[in-house]
Amino acid sequence: MQLPRDALLRAYRQMKTIREFEERLHTEIAKGEIAGFTHLYGGQEAVAVGVCENLTDSDYIVSTHRGHGHCIAKGCDVKGMMLEIYGRRGGLCKGRSGSMHIADVSKGMLGANGIVGAGAPLAVGAGLAAKLDGKGSVSVAFSGDGACNQGTTFEALNMAVVLKLPVIFMFENNHYSEHTGADYAVGSKDVGGRAGAFGMKVLKGNGCDFFESYEILREAVEYCRAGNGPIAVELDTERFFGHFEGDPQRYRGKGELDRIREQRDCLKSFRAKVLEAGLLSEEALNEVDAEVATLIEDSVIEARVAPGPLPEQVLEDVYISY
Amino acid sequence: MAKLTIREVINQTIHAEMERDPNLIMLGEDIVGGAGTAGGQEAIGGIWGTSAGLFDKFGAGRVIDTPISEATIIGTAAGAALAGKRAIAEIMFADFVGVCMDQIYNQVAKFRYMFGGHSTCPIVIRMSYGAGLNAAAQHSQAVYPMFTSIPGIKVVMPTTPADAKGLLTQAIRDDDPVVFLEGKLLYGVSGEVPDGEYLLPFGQARMAREGNDVSIVTCGQMVMFAEAAADAMAKDGISCDVIDIRTTSPMDEEAILDSVENTGRLVVIDESPPRCSLATDIAALVASKAFSSLRAPIELVTAPHSPVPFARELERAYLPNPARIEAAARKTLSYR
Repeated sequence: MQLPRDALLRAYRQMKTIREFEERLHTEIAKGEIAGFTHLYGGQEAVAVGVCENLTDSDYIVSTHRGHGHCIAKGCDVKGMMLEIYGRRGGLCKGRSGSMHIADVSKGMLGANGIVGAGAPLAVGAGLAAKLDGKGSVSVAFSGDGACNQGTTFEALNMAVVLKLPVIFMFENNHYSEHTGADYAVGSKDVGGRAGAFGMKVLKGNGCDFFESYEILREAVEYCRAGNGPIAVELDTERFFGHFEGDPQRYRGKGELDRIREQRDCLKSFRAKVLEAGLLSEEALNEVDAEVATLIEDSVIEARVAPGPLPEQVLEDVYISY
Repeated sequence: MAKLTIREVINQTIHAEMERDPNLIMLGEDIVGGAGTAGGQEAIGGIWGTSAGLFDKFGAGRVIDTPISEATIIGTAAGAALAGKRAIAEIMFADFVGVCMDQIYNQVAKFRYMFGGHSTCPIVIRMSYGAGLNAAAQHSQAVYPMFTSIPGIKVVMPTTPADAKGLLTQAIRDDDPVVFLEGKLLYGVSGEVPDGEYLLPFGQARMAREGNDVSIVTCGQMVMFAEAAADAMAKDGISCDVIDIRTTSPMDEEAILDSVENTGRLVVIDESPPRCSLATDIAALVASKAFSSLRAPIELVTAPHSPVPFARELERAYLPNPARIEAAARKTLSYR
């Protein structure tokens, strides 16, 4: 907890922005305002922010289908994202990505990804580019306990060790691969241990505690920047929403959602810790809450009325030249 | 002009482009060979010899032997390209794309579109393809129709040493992802190659033979069979256009339609099986855009709807050949 006040406020603002973004989408999707499939990140904010607060625009991340949190944490424009999820012409990706493929390469955000397990090989490539450029940049592959069962993830873990690349394999264990429990689907029941078997260091911790997550990632990023090769991190976290919006979540235990929201909420624990330690005041935190509420409200109002893409744009950007 | 084989041209072109662009890297299985062995590095230089000497000249940072992990070979090339590099990824046999198809068709092909035009992914995916070496069902396929159907990638298949130089140079410098298919039967083909810098634009067919009676349209390994059939018919006074498409995506529709408008007869030769193939694609193009020029039904000479077999007799039966092509051309001439 040695972060300066500005950094604490920024981390809180990032986590709060992700939470409010997702809570609001949950409401708007239920009203039928938004087309397509959406997978919400709420509950896992301390992971995305714990990672990205240790990175700069020169570092790379590759995200997942549950990518909004990673995007916001890496600095993607929140209004641009809302426009994109509403399928608007002015969206971050011109209304072509929707929720599942948002990217901002200029921020080192190499894309959310609709294919579970596709990201780790791409992160290895960004890590290779970073190593060749020799400026100390690192690459982060966000994966879940679901993606850890894909062969591509195993290939990527091995390749990163063989080529000694600055890649952080960030496993967010939220206990569910879609609608199936990790206790069933992860044979060894040990996500991080698998990465260790490929010959890399593994760090584990509580992904619902920002300070723990931030510290673990600080160590991981320093390790990679120093040229030690890849490292894996497994953070235990919680998914507050279903696999996708509309998922009735019949697989949840009785009272489970209430319990994790009560006991495993990274925003609640963040507030409690900084208030108890006297690092931030209640007023300062409430001020951030108000700013975030305004940002999300403005984003939705703007997105609702923004124009959609033109039909003739369907062929734009398939190729640079053809 | 120098006389070189396609194998030599591919190797020399990669050497020249890596020298020209320090940002260009290459990766694949055994492209160097020998890593982690008593024999030491540079044991192979690629199973076709196309990457010989690259490791010694450009080093392990840019010429990268990978584990047998095709999905991650493509993913690594693609991630590096998104992060500002230019990459050549080698898939030893085109058939192996079965294990890395997601990275090609869900990732590489779609990045620029999905990301709103804000990214580039300049990679060349090189692979050997095609039947003729009795390599059986999993090392012999002509996979180009599958790639041709994917928006977002370009598909290139040279048949002469000069074209190999011009098209590979263009593929490497192209900012879009390119699948570059090298016919196994063509590596040893030799011919004159222009000296110095030589680029060929995509989407321009090559007239391998010119004539007035029948249009024979094909690509890759089948071009030499089409030429043999055309030369045989020429002795009987039958003259054929033989159009080597060179790039199936983008495809030179103009050259095909112009030829058919002149001859009124079309034979398409395709090394792949007949359904949803290049043959049906070109037949549909001509039927819809040059119907009134046709003086006979379109003839398609393709592989059968079967896997590629192993035994010599069976593989010979599988592949189109000059006799079948000639018979098809004569059939269009005898119509009515």
